[in-house]
Amino acid sequence: MNSAGKLVIGVDIGGTFTDVFVHNETSGSVRTAKVPSTPDDPARAFLSGIETVVDDLSTVSTIVHGTTVATNALLENKGAKTGLITTSGFRDVLEMRRRDRPTTWGLRGSYEPVVPRNLRLEVTERTLADGTVREDVDLNKVDLAVDHLLQQGCKACCLFFINGYANDANERAAAERIRARWPNAFVSVATEIVPEIREFERVSTAALNAILQPLVSAYLDNIHSSLRAKGFNGELLIVQSNGGVMSIEMARQLPVRTALSGPAAGVIAAREIAAAAGLPDIVTCDMGGTSFDVSLIEQGEGSLSAQTSIGFGRVIRTPMIEITTIGAGGGSIAHVDADGILKVGPHSAGSNPGPACYGLGNRQPTVTDANLLLGRINPGRPIGVNAGVNAGESGEVAGDRLASGSLDLEAARNAIDTCVAQPLGLEVMAAADAILRVANAHMAGAIRLVSIERGHDPTRFTAMPFGGGGALHTGALIKDVGLRATLVPRYPGITSAMGCVVADLRHDRVQTVNRMLDDCDAVQLAGAFTDVADELQERVLASGVSVEGIERFVELDMLYLGQTHAVSVPLNSFHNNQVGGNTGALTLAEIHQAFDDTYLKTYGRLLEGIAKRVLNYRVIVIGRRPSFNMNSLGLEAQAAVTGTDTPEPLAIRPVWVNGASVQVPVYNRESLGVGSVLKGPALVEQADTTIFVDPGLVGSTDSMGNLLIERDDF
Amino acid sequence: MIKTDSIVDPVTLAVLRGRLEQIADEMDATLFRSAFNPIIAEAHDASHGLYDAVSGDTLVQGKSGLPIFVGVMAFAVRAVIKKAADNGGPQQGDTWIFNDPYDGGTHLSDFRLVRPVFRSSSKASQQLASNSETTSADEASADVFCYLASVGHWHDVGGNVPGNYNPAATECFQEGMLIPPVRLFRHGELQQDIVDILSANSRLPNSLYGDLNGQINALDLGERRLHELLDEYGDEIVAAALIELRERAANLMQARISALPNGTVSSEDYLDNDGIIDEPLKVALDLTVKNDRLVMDFSRSSPACAGPVNISYSTTIAACYVALKHVFEDVPANAGVLEPVEFIVPEDSLLAVTAPKPVGGYTETILRLIDVVFLAISQLEPARATACAYGTINALALNGHRANGQRWVMFSFFGGGHGAHANGDGLNHGNAPISTATIPPLEILEAAYPVMFRQWSLRPDSGGDGKYRGGLGAVYEIELLEEFAQGFLFGERGKYPPQGVVAGGSAACNAFSYEQDDGIATPPMVSKLTGMALRKGQAVKLETPGGGGYGDPAERPQELRERDAALGYVNDNASTNPSAIAGKPEQSL
Repeated sequence: MNSAGKLVIGVDIGGTFTDVFVHNETSGSVRTAKVPSTPDDPARAFLSGIETVVDDLSTVSTIVHGTTVATNALLENKGAKTGLITTSGFRDVLEMRRRDRPTTWGLRGSYEPVVPRNLRLEVTERTLADGTVREDVDLNKVDLAVDHLLQQGCKACCLFFINGYANDANERAAAERIRARWPNAFVSVATEIVPEIREFERVSTAALNAILQPLVSAYLDNIHSSLRAKGFNGELLIVQSNGGVMSIEMARQLPVRTALSGPAAGVIAAREIAAAAGLPDIVTCDMGGTSFDVSLIEQGEGSLSAQTSIGFGRVIRTPMIEITTIGAGGGSIAHVDADGILKVGPHSAGSNPGPACYGLGNRQPTVTDANLLLGRINPGRPIGVNAGVNAGESGEVAGDRLASGSLDLEAARNAIDTCVAQPLGLEVMAAADAILRVANAHMAGAIRLVSIERGHDPTRFTAMPFGGGGALHTGALIKDVGLRATLVPRYPGITSAMGCVVADLRHDRVQTVNRMLDDCDAVQLAGAFTDVADELQERVLASGVSVEGIERFVELDMLYLGQTHAVSVPLNSFHNNQVGGNTGALTLAEIHQAFDDTYLKTYGRLLEGIAKRVLNYRVIVIGRRPSFNMNSLGLEAQAAVTGTDTPEPLAIRPVWVNGASVQVPVYNRESLGVGSVLKGPALVEQADTTIFVDPGLVGSTDSMGNLLIERDDF
Repeated sequence: MIKTDSIVDPVTLAVLRGRLEQIADEMDATLFRSAFNPIIAEAHDASHGLYDAVSGDTLVQGKSGLPIFVGVMAFAVRAVIKKAADNGGPQQGDTWIFNDPYDGGTHLSDFRLVRPVFRSSSKASQQLASNSETTSADEASADVFCYLASVGHWHDVGGNVPGNYNPAATECFQEGMLIPPVRLFRHGELQQDIVDILSANSRLPNSLYGDLNGQINALDLGERRLHELLDEYGDEIVAAALIELRERAANLMQARISALPNGTVSSEDYLDNDGIIDEPLKVALDLTVKNDRLVMDFSRSSPACAGPVNISYSTTIAACYVALKHVFEDVPANAGVLEPVEFIVPEDSLLAVTAPKPVGGYTETILRLIDVVFLAISQLEPARATACAYGTINALALNGHRANGQRWVMFSFFGGGHGAHANGDGLNHGNAPISTATIPPLEILEAAYPVMFRQWSLRPDSGGDGKYRGGLGAVYEIELLEEFAQGFLFGERGKYPPQGVVAGGSAACNAFSYEQDDGIATPPMVSKLTGMALRKGQAVKLETPGGGGYGDPAERPQELRERDAALGYVNDNASTNPSAIAGKPEQSL
């Protein structure tokens, strides 16, 4: 591809495929590529993927990467050997957690802290909750601790002092001393990462950051230098868990902020696609082999959660796109439980051995086996099963065809018959249908959890499936949950790579205040908000990437005196307040009113006469990236296809629908022109997924290549 | 497996089970988020569920509530059903409130709200009624589909000591206000008079008011969700599903019991004392397996005592339910679990007291009940056995007045080690088996109260030895920063340590000490204390038990012993005796 113009490239590395999405900002054109991942050296697939669509890397201005390297390291316990230096009396905070246990019933759990007890060293120092330094830090002890940890072979160091959120003077002094002595840049300081009250959550986040630092730095350096060697001299940016992007330097310092980098990129893309289609309220549904991830976007904004836990007791406290995960993927195993009830998941056959129909040794039925037996998946063209090959118009991109052979229909039938149909006394087709209904109910529950149960009206929301498997199920989900529609994007399989290209730059900062509202000085608070916002804005601008505009937000975490859970209160007068803006205008009355508005909306009743407390403030600065013309996703090839209400099916095949075998037309996604209308039941096949339009639903294609599936009763 | 007369197909049943659990879970979440006191908001000392319209039996229970309430709420709903029947029957728009520990309660701190959910068609509830063991179907309840209930532990309900853990109580009247089932809402109208009475009897009326509102929020939401579900699936289908789920739980429980060898095994454990008389109290179980049924006979247990470690019969049943759920964790949480279980609890024992015997320290006794069940099961099926956990909640209250005259009450429960089991060492610093509570962050406690923790650490050598070692308890040392404070402690395991199983060793005992002008003091009742006076700079120190060990210590692999030593979990020279205050010299007197 001869690329005149400014190229921005998104790269998403998954377990199976590495996806590349190239956007020419000058011409507006788009290219995509999909190559097999190279887990031994991810940079290889990263480069080869780009090189299949770009000849000269010197023409590339920006590369944005959504990475799962931190996630995988956390899941697989592959962090670096790390030491912890902390306040005397508190080295076990990391191991004692919040005094919880892994499962409610059974009492047979265990826990391994990421820093073992013999590498957690104490130094004399103490700061009180009001910020008073009761005891200065003994810096000689800090030196001794550093030497001991280095002697023990630690690669990274974490520093955490009690009440550092209230006053970090001791912690800063110790940090300076450690950084002077530690032989590399891998020093994680707790209040620099999370200046927020709650000691376990803070030290856990800092320790996880520390164990990730050597690994993530080496990974990013490797990719960066490989790109440089090929002539790339633009900016390399990394997607954060909050859905914004940051510079590679920030990512090296704060790798813990990339824990949900990959999934966040997918949610961002979904938001952009849906917004362009005029649908600001979306539930994203990412169905992979083992899990089903949902996330809610309301009025074009994703919801963020303050913290998450990667497994038991590994808490990361940093704003992340709120993703609810349940164990329901294509590989989820169906079984009849001890009490005789059909269950699907959470155990999964994964991609190896995978579903029974892969013929790799698994004999237990999975969701994919049920889809296959019911005719929803084409056994000869097993797409949407373990992702496809080559999505996108760059047809020359060759992935290893993982799904080269055809699927074993008989193996699927036998597994369902033995494990589900016979124990339940059902016919095998009815049993397969039951597996789908239970899996769909489970997925519907996850959608209810993020929508209805948080007070959102489901009829406003549209489901957007991405990943390989979602589009087979979302039709049923809109009926179950009462959603408005399903919007299947043109390339569900490369959504995350696209999200990298459209993601904004974003920085968040949380600071604990912990004072009664009536004791706060509004002018002083306003000054602090502005200072922090200015600093974050500088950081956004320093990334070297062009932004169209800056947006700034201030939120307060507030509660009634006596409560421990806060509500997040937006201060609207600070929205888009500019550098050095109107800091004098904020009043306590405005904050009171903002709290009342938020509390009333959340719980439905205010509590009269009880004082209010400000726990934290949060400043968010977003650098908006230039907008992206979604019409460039409407296929170039497809442009030639004239829109028609009644496209010709590729084939007709029997599919089990509502308890009977029905002849269902099968369409090729590539040959659907703009304005095509498909009445359910219908199947649509494309390189990276299969879409099922349920009976009673109707699908139509728009100018951006999306397939919108709605109820057929209007 | 599928009953032929069932009108619920297996798929709908699976879907409905999930939907019903979601309703109870969401009620839990609503209260946790909006509650005022940290015992509910952080420690999740609360529970929600759906209960049978006639018998009050547990139909569905939230997954995140306090496990002990799972069993006891059925008795609470039953108490309301009875009271309503005596007062003209349940009425639409009524919500009952009470905390009577002898009538379906636990202790006075736990306030229950119970609300009947009415449906226009009475067919389904009659169907449910005909399948219940209770046959006293009241005509007036014909339109009640089921009951929704919410229970939460309030911060202060009056009585002699703030926080209501009064180790010196000899009557419930010293433990707090006692409210029988009364109507908080009549025909949808909040009875402000009731709220005023409750508020006037608490040291922390704002906290009470906030928690009460949170519980109302949870019931409102649960009722809304339940109506939506019933409208969607139809009352008959949901009612049939509830019956079916209960039968399946009972069947599975029977299958699990059948896998145990027939016969009788016996176990005993002891409470240190009742806080009044320093003599041990015995909790004894003779557990008999008869094919697919269990008999749990507590006849050999001590008679009722003067102090507050008695429990009511309903609490005993609830504790056994929790213990059995830990042993057979795959049996679903509904009344079916107890169907194949017979209980023998003598009326004069400390496990079945009536008013006004004090019950404030009920947590200690039910933890001992769980221990004797674990000890008995370990003799029947070692592979399923778990050694005893730390077994005391260590309820500590510190309170005083700030320089500005404002009253403060810090009240918290503390953690300890879990027992070892057939697959490995016990968990260090876990929560009690009766709860899923998390501990408040020490930074939150320090910000809210005039205290400073000197240490918050694991307690070496506190886990029982064995092929698998018990989990470690903790050391918490808390210094007072204000001029003066009073303290109360309610703990156990000061004399009788958590036991190991299958030849595993015992854990370290609970130890409590506090600084006084003339040196280090320990309570006369070991882990129970009232009226402790502290001055600025003095500290209290809790050293909590670990868990018991599993298996013969001689079988512990050498590399695990070396690892224990390297990590400081076990120190060769240390004893497991309570150690003295180890504060910094300049801070100790």
